[in-house]
Amino acid sequence: MKRTLKRSNAPIFWALFGAGGMLSALLGPMLVLITGIAVPLGLLLPADTMSYANMLAFSQNLIGKGFIFAVIALFLWHAAHRIFHSLHDVGIHAGTGAKLICYGGAMLGTLIAAYALLAIGF
Amino acid sequence: MNKRRPYVRPMDGWWRRNPFFIEYMVHEGTALFVAAYAGILLNGLLHLSRGEAAWNVWLDGLKNPWYIGFHLLALVAISYHTYTWFKIMPRTMPPVIVGGKRLADGAITGGGLAVAAAASLVLLAAVWGMAR
Repeated sequence: MKRTLKRSNAPIFWALFGAGGMLSALLGPMLVLITGIAVPLGLLLPADTMSYANMLAFSQNLIGKGFIFAVIALFLWHAAHRIFHSLHDVGIHAGTGAKLICYGGAMLGTLIAAYALLAIGF
Repeated sequence: MNKRRPYVRPMDGWWRRNPFFIEYMVHEGTALFVAAYAGILLNGLLHLSRGEAAWNVWLDGLKNPWYIGFHLLALVAISYHTYTWFKIMPRTMPPVIVGGKRLADGAITGGGLAVAAAASLVLLAAVWGMAR
């Protein structure tokens, strides 16, 4: 028997999936309502809610930065994991290539978000 | 021509034959909206990092009827994700024992949905407070 069992990387992806699933379940609908419907249509919230000055200040605040990063990165990891595991169900072989595209996409999005948040500064 | 032609049972549309699997595919499909919405936010963040003019281009773009339509669909899809996320939670989390008895499925689902509703209202109030 092999002395050192190879450790699976599945728990990492599953944890990211779970965290993103929980965050999107708790705040997803309200976020979509605010950024995608209320603000563009000028309903419910003050007209300058997502003005440049407001959003810049929010993204320069440490808590705001963390929130933006968590929402974008965890939503992406949640979706990537779920889409990857649904590929087989729609008749697409979920091999290494598919894994690279799904998780690689989430990783790329995470890095771009981190880069943009650092570029915005503190 | 290859002499061996093993029979492969056709699986096209397998999930459309059973309401249970239709629901399964719909709730898995909500991930497409989560991904697309995250992509829109990421695009907005990139515009924000490029200054005021770039940010306003993105912000004005959200007024496009196609974007409004997408966000309405995403609102429905992600709300459905919220519902199913807590509906299957009794099976995705370890059993909770309260007073020697296993916590009822309905209590877990209902509790989760109540927390989601409260969190949404807190978020709305926070955004309102910061914008004023």
